[in-house]
Amino acid sequence: MQLFFQQIFNGVMLGSTYAIVALGLTLVFGILQIPNFAHGHLYMLGAYITFFLMTLYGFGFWSALVTSMVALGLIGMLIERVVYRPLQDRPHINSFISAVGAMIILETSVIVFWGPQGRRIPNPYPDMVELFGITMSHQRLLVIVAAFVLIFLLQIFIKKTTPGTTIEAVAQNREGAMLVGINVNRVSSLTFAISTATAAAAASLVAPIFMISPTMGALLGMKAFVIVILGGVGSIPGAILGGYILGILEAIGGGYLSAAYKDVYAFGALILILSIRPTGLFGKEVS
Amino acid sequence: MAVIRFLRDKWFYLLLLVLALCLPLLITNRYHFQIVIMGCLFSIATLGMNLILGYTGQASLAHAGFFGIGAYGVALLMKGGLSFWVALPLSALIAAGIGFLIGLPTLRSRGSYFAISTMCFGVIVSIVAGNWIDLTGGYNGIVGIALPTPIHLPLIGSVGFQTQVAQYYLVLAFLLLTLFIMHRLVHSLLGLSFMAIRNNEALAGSVGINTFAGKILSFVVANFFAGLAGGIYASLMGAISPSTASLDLTFNWLIFLLLGGAATLAGPVIGAFVIPVTMEYLQSLAEYRLIIFGALLIVVIIYFPRGVMGAVGNLRQKVRDFYDRKKGAKGAAAG
Repeated sequence: MQLFFQQIFNGVMLGSTYAIVALGLTLVFGILQIPNFAHGHLYMLGAYITFFLMTLYGFGFWSALVTSMVALGLIGMLIERVVYRPLQDRPHINSFISAVGAMIILETSVIVFWGPQGRRIPNPYPDMVELFGITMSHQRLLVIVAAFVLIFLLQIFIKKTTPGTTIEAVAQNREGAMLVGINVNRVSSLTFAISTATAAAAASLVAPIFMISPTMGALLGMKAFVIVILGGVGSIPGAILGGYILGILEAIGGGYLSAAYKDVYAFGALILILSIRPTGLFGKEVS
Repeated sequence: MAVIRFLRDKWFYLLLLVLALCLPLLITNRYHFQIVIMGCLFSIATLGMNLILGYTGQASLAHAGFFGIGAYGVALLMKGGLSFWVALPLSALIAAGIGFLIGLPTLRSRGSYFAISTMCFGVIVSIVAGNWIDLTGGYNGIVGIALPTPIHLPLIGSVGFQTQVAQYYLVLAFLLLTLFIMHRLVHSLLGLSFMAIRNNEALAGSVGINTFAGKILSFVVANFFAGLAGGIYASLMGAISPSTASLDLTFNWLIFLLLGGAATLAGPVIGAFVIPVTMEYLQSLAEYRLIIFGALLIVVIIYFPRGVMGAVGNLRQKVRDFYDRKKGAKGAAAG
């Protein structure tokens, strides 16, 4: 039983990062119809920026995290403008190829400039607590709490503020939003900035726990897509719930069945679920 | 007359064929020759991808997975004592069969959904190849796979495949066979129905095309050729590992296909040769060339969405327009 709760705890921690990353992806993929395959790579870049700010420039953990979020937000806006906006009205596959180009540039740049080896961010909160026989490091608890706060703030932003509601308006009806005077291009920029900044936050939060490496983004980006599709493209609650479910699934499967195959569960589940519901679990019926 | 007309219409292709047959005389460097052999192999794989992505409009990202299945199939069957000439079609059929089973659930979804679910299958293949140690040897892979079994020809006698030249003619023969089959396929009624599905699936369905069966068939044939290329690759290289099924390979072919020109028969072949050769020429730039390459990909997809073949087509159209106008002007002057 102790192993079970320990795995649940790890799963929730893992799921917190998945939820944030998938949330950012569902905003751009579901709402702006842009299949941003470079999302995982932007996440990776966020972790690297935090690492270098902390080790080279003596930033504290929190100031590095915020600076990294701002930097990634700007990079996200740049990528939207250069890589995706010219392809707005073309078939999906074109944006997809463009995204592959962005992926190659991001991953290779990090390898060329900073080397292919893994690195570890010094852990700002190395203490442990034991609760009901479960070992929890402060950093892991912090990830869970911070993810919760971030998701909560993002919900408030989208539901209660004017810029946030414009994002929702564009999602519901692009032409309608244009008709009432919403600048759709500005909304795209804003959504991209939020999406990449939250990815940077997630990456910086877990970076002290796992190693960071140039290839860390690829698999995570793929999992984020799995979550977004399972949860229904464009559905924010679906992305959050899907993130936690996948995290727990992986931790339980990895703990009880086989750690080597832990990535197979997520991908296998996707194929299985899409075969029953071709538009995802909570997806709307669209052709 | 028929021969002359054939020569007049197809002289360019005949010239290319003669060039391809004489290539071993022109290239003496072993390393360069290896690049040419890989170009032929990857052309076969990319032509398969072209059928499902270019002609049928379904972006399958499991292509390297099926390439890997073909490669592991040939490796294991040949280790089990089968001849290459039995193991190769068998492995390609296995890849096609698994493609059928995977196509049944995944082809129910469309667009990005299909791309992502097939990508998941591709990743599963490489993870399984890395972890099913008893069968696949894990991340060390399988080494010491035999070369293709020698064949006996009526006049020439026994032909082995130890030399690069023999290997080149082998892959060239398979490439020509693939091109021939693809040419017949896309110019048939079936090929037209694939394109109808790509252009408008609902409309294709309403004129009586069974769109689901069409997509499945296209997917199965595409994966057959992926498996075929993988099988030849395993035997010629002699060693395979889970990276034989990696997603990077799928992305490479995707780039070959899109830059060369999707939904054309020449495009995939052009892409599979031009891009690796360009990469070799830019060797001095080391890692930086990948950055340039990524940027090039974005520029091309924005400004030349139909790749090299699209650009060539535009150019030919412009030249033809120019001549027509000239002729028109002359006619007007005479009249």
